[in-house]
Amino acid sequence: MKYMLLMYANESAVPETPEDQQAVALPVWLALMEEMKAAGVLLSNNGLSPVANATTVRIRDGKTLITDGPFAETHEQLGGFFLLECKDLDEALRWAEKIPHAKYGSVEVRPLWSAVA
Amino acid sequence: MTAAEQVERIFREEHGRVLAALISRFEDFDLAEDALQDALVNALERWQGDGIPENPGAWLTTVARRRAIDRIRRTATLERSLLVLDPQLSYDEHEMDETQIPDDRLKLMFTCCHPSLALETQIALTLHTLGGLTTHEIARAFLVPEPTMAQRLARARAKIRNAGIPYRVPPIDLLPERLDALLAVIYLIFNEGYSATSGDEPIRKELCLEAIRLCRVLIALMPGSAETRGLLALMLLHDSRRGTRLDEAGELVLLSEQDRSRWDRSEIREGIEVLDEALALKDPGPYQVQAAISSLHAEAPTAEATDWHTIAALYKTLAMMTPSLVVEVNRAVAVAMAEGPQEGLRILEGLGDRAKGYYPFHVVRADLLRRSGQLEQAIESYERAIALCDNPAERSHLQRQLDPLINAGTK
Repeated sequence: MKYMLLMYANESAVPETPEDQQAVALPVWLALMEEMKAAGVLLSNNGLSPVANATTVRIRDGKTLITDGPFAETHEQLGGFFLLECKDLDEALRWAEKIPHAKYGSVEVRPLWSAVA
Repeated sequence: MTAAEQVERIFREEHGRVLAALISRFEDFDLAEDALQDALVNALERWQGDGIPENPGAWLTTVARRRAIDRIRRTATLERSLLVLDPQLSYDEHEMDETQIPDDRLKLMFTCCHPSLALETQIALTLHTLGGLTTHEIARAFLVPEPTMAQRLARARAKIRNAGIPYRVPPIDLLPERLDALLAVIYLIFNEGYSATSGDEPIRKELCLEAIRLCRVLIALMPGSAETRGLLALMLLHDSRRGTRLDEAGELVLLSEQDRSRWDRSEIREGIEVLDEALALKDPGPYQVQAAISSLHAEAPTAEATDWHTIAALYKTLAMMTPSLVVEVNRAVAVAMAEGPQEGLRILEGLGDRAKGYYPFHVVRADLLRRSGQLEQAIESYERAIALCDNPAERSHLQRQLDPLINAGTK
């Protein structure tokens, strides 16, 4: 089954990552991706730029409304994703535990519809 | 027992086992449920005429399997799928004779209690799929409207399918934490029946018995788990006192005031036996400690003659395993009984502000203050407890403790 692991964190609580912190953080991410590749589960992954760069589009009564910012103001914002191929939810949850966001934010695990059919 | 009652009892006993076997075969909760319902309807008609078969579980499994295959074929034809040619989907002519149904209930238990389902859903799903309780019965037990409960169960089954919740016994690295969750669900079912003083009495008793039955099944399937035996012992020992917890007026009766001659001796005997089996496995845990505490109460001829020193020591062990306010307050009670109310009060004072909103803290504090002669402070504590308590039976019990103190003060 295909699972999307959505990574959420409070952007403003971790504003600018200092150089030395990033030096520590980066190897963690690289090691995790290597581990996923080695296990043959990694289909795709990416990070999103901050919600300050977001624009939201809505069509209401035939009119297009374009607004600055994310679709809703939330405490934690979507910051990136992993798309994994796992045999069941338990396997996906195990990978979610390894994502750094699980420690300071949240990781939401959602199966794709295509995996259901 | 009438024939209808006999059929109902068989349905309840066989429900979990048959459903588990069907889910194992077809890997589809909804299909398994529908096929089992078909088979139950069929059984009601057939058994009234032909009598109950020798192995009703095998009968139900076989008929339900056929119904499931029929349903798959019907869908397959509609979709013009080749699924119909799958050799796995043929009837086995000898199936009717089979006496061995593989026991897949353990897998089903772990699926129903998967942490990705909300706790209340885990409880409802376990009662429904393994206990065979109807949606109507579960809704009544948890005081929610039947459609709400039906929707909760349907959503749970959809999530099991759509989110890929596995149907299996968890691997060894996940097993301890998943087994804890499973035991917690069983104990919650028991407590829902045991502690609640409102609601429908027969359904509450049913919850206690169902939790005990599920725990027995779990022991048969995982004989090496000491805590599972500990939980069964604990529930049996509690259950032995169920009949004396409320008086004729429905008022709560404290352990010290219960009529011990009416405690269920056979449940006590079995509880202690099961606890001994658990302890022999040499893997201690909180359920075994609680069962040990309960067994000391069960064996004591009176409240005063209880081995309070050992109970206090056991609560100390329990506090180290699972630190909580409940445990500390109970420890204070035991220490007060063993060493006097002042010593109990000392433990309560040590809890500080975090106990302020917890009404049992004030109940115990009030009682210990009363016993040490500090009546004014005792009255204050009783009033605090009554204000915080939302169970009507317990509140009126507290009021009956408080009234004589107020009267004594005004005389």
